[in-house]
Amino acid sequence: MEEDSNENEEMEEAAFSQSAENDAITVRGLTKVYGSYKAISDVSFSVKRGEIVGFLGPNGAGKSTTMRILAGLTSANSGIARICGISVSRDSFETKSHLGYMPENNPLPEELRVIEYLRWRAKLKNVPAKKVRERVEAVMAACDLARKAQRKLIGSLSKGFRQRVGIADALLSEPDVVILDEPTIGLDPHQILGIRSLIHGLRGNKAVLISSHILPEIENVCDRVIIINQGRIVAAGTPQELRKEFITTRTFSIVSDATAEKVKEIFGVEDCTDVPATQFGRASVSLVVPVAFPTEGMLEKLRLAGVVVEEFSEKRPSLEDIFMAATRRSYDVVNDFRKKT
Amino acid sequence: MKHFSIIFRHELRMLFISPSTYVAGVIFLCLMGGMYWVALQLSSMTDSQEQLPVEAYFYLFWIPLFILVPLITMRSFAEERRAGTLGALLTTPTNALSIVLGKFAAAYSLYLLLWILALAFPVIGWWMLKDFCPDPRLLALGSMIGGIVFVALSGLFYVAIGILASSLTRSMLVAGLLTSCGLFVFIVLGGLLQMLPLDVYESFAWLRAPAEYLSTFKHLENFTTGLIDSRPFFLFFSGTILALGLTTINVESKA
Repeated sequence: MEEDSNENEEMEEAAFSQSAENDAITVRGLTKVYGSYKAISDVSFSVKRGEIVGFLGPNGAGKSTTMRILAGLTSANSGIARICGISVSRDSFETKSHLGYMPENNPLPEELRVIEYLRWRAKLKNVPAKKVRERVEAVMAACDLARKAQRKLIGSLSKGFRQRVGIADALLSEPDVVILDEPTIGLDPHQILGIRSLIHGLRGNKAVLISSHILPEIENVCDRVIIINQGRIVAAGTPQELRKEFITTRTFSIVSDATAEKVKEIFGVEDCTDVPATQFGRASVSLVVPVAFPTEGMLEKLRLAGVVVEEFSEKRPSLEDIFMAATRRSYDVVNDFRKKT
Repeated sequence: MKHFSIIFRHELRMLFISPSTYVAGVIFLCLMGGMYWVALQLSSMTDSQEQLPVEAYFYLFWIPLFILVPLITMRSFAEERRAGTLGALLTTPTNALSIVLGKFAAAYSLYLLLWILALAFPVIGWWMLKDFCPDPRLLALGSMIGGIVFVALSGLFYVAIGILASSLTRSMLVAGLLTSCGLFVFIVLGGLLQMLPLDVYESFAWLRAPAEYLSTFKHLENFTTGLIDSRPFFLFFSGTILALGLTTINVESKA
């Protein structure tokens, strides 16, 4: 029996090593404890080369801790973290040369000009001396810094431009892995669009791990999403996969002359509410049904009941809904566990 | 080594664009100018055989250190840690030792530069007085060289103390105060120990040799009189290595 379990462990180890070599980021069983507080516990995930992955979680969930461990700034208490198959704890010097990291709040020296800062960082990141100018110009062009900001002091830049400088810095050495901790925080919608197209441009070239609170951003940009809560991974997959897993209801919006009470009667469901008119939308009825509810002929039923329907649409569950469902479920699991123990 | 030189050049540049460097420079040079004037006054009033003006000048070297060293070192790590840029620096393929050595070398270069500028006072004094008081002792080259070698040697340790203090805190003010306190202890401690009546109490007699070894002024006296001893080299080099080693450990652990 013991031999079997040893064999299984060896096979698992071999499979892990194989996947770690193929994946750009591999994390297994990562745990970090600060005193008596467990910041992350048994976190495992991987990011393939060329993939853009969103890392979501409420404040204090452990996103930044995980990212700092990957960047070699903090060491984990247990577990394995690999960048391009190289162990972060054993050879952080080597992993750093494969990594572009933009930390949370993006700290920058205020006294330097953008171009001076990027040139200095390029040299530190082992960009060959002959290529420094070329690389700095390339990232400044990619991050739209070349026209207005390159000669400005970093201290005088707006939040949006500072974020761009941080992203430009992360891309300087053409790393295989880019980790961006909250890259769109504090940006206006125009700046967010700019950053979004910039990240889109990295698809297929680099493995990108982005943490963000702005969920539509993640949904628009990422191929896959990892949701972390209370230091544990609570969900991982494409938005479609997560919808299937976490969304148990479908929501319809009906603009008609019928009230919520009448719609309830017609479909025999409980969860139906009136949505008052707003500056941007007309009054409607929101109907929530289980996923298994037969939805064919719903419009016909309304017509037969004498309701004049002007609009009938299904509300697609957003990533926000998935996030709320996944984190709620994890809170329930943790609370149940605490009650039992 | 490559990263050391990149960080050294960057730090030097940052020092030269920092207002605190110019404040430190002006205060230091004003103090040194005043001190040379006092040294000249003292030499003119006492028996001229007793002490050369340059010797008296270097004997007061420790006074401006309490201002100069904190001002040029307090920024190095404390400010970077406060702004969070130290973490960003450590995400590059650079090790903590290169960062510490780069910052130390930049601060030490500035320290040396300011002391070399301070040597201008004895030269100016000699040049202005050469017509009506042509005394060669005004420009005692041997004492000057001995004094500046001592200042350069002890400066290694004092600047390393400043760098260590800066790595211990996020506040530049606290770093500056820690540096001043550290310098006070190391510069004055040996002298204070020597002032104790160690010969009277037999059980404390063993302290006499360490007190003499730690006495900064004793070593300075030897240097300015042309006596180059290997013991201060060992003292200051080992102190510097210890302080920089502790700084490196601290930077690695608190990134």
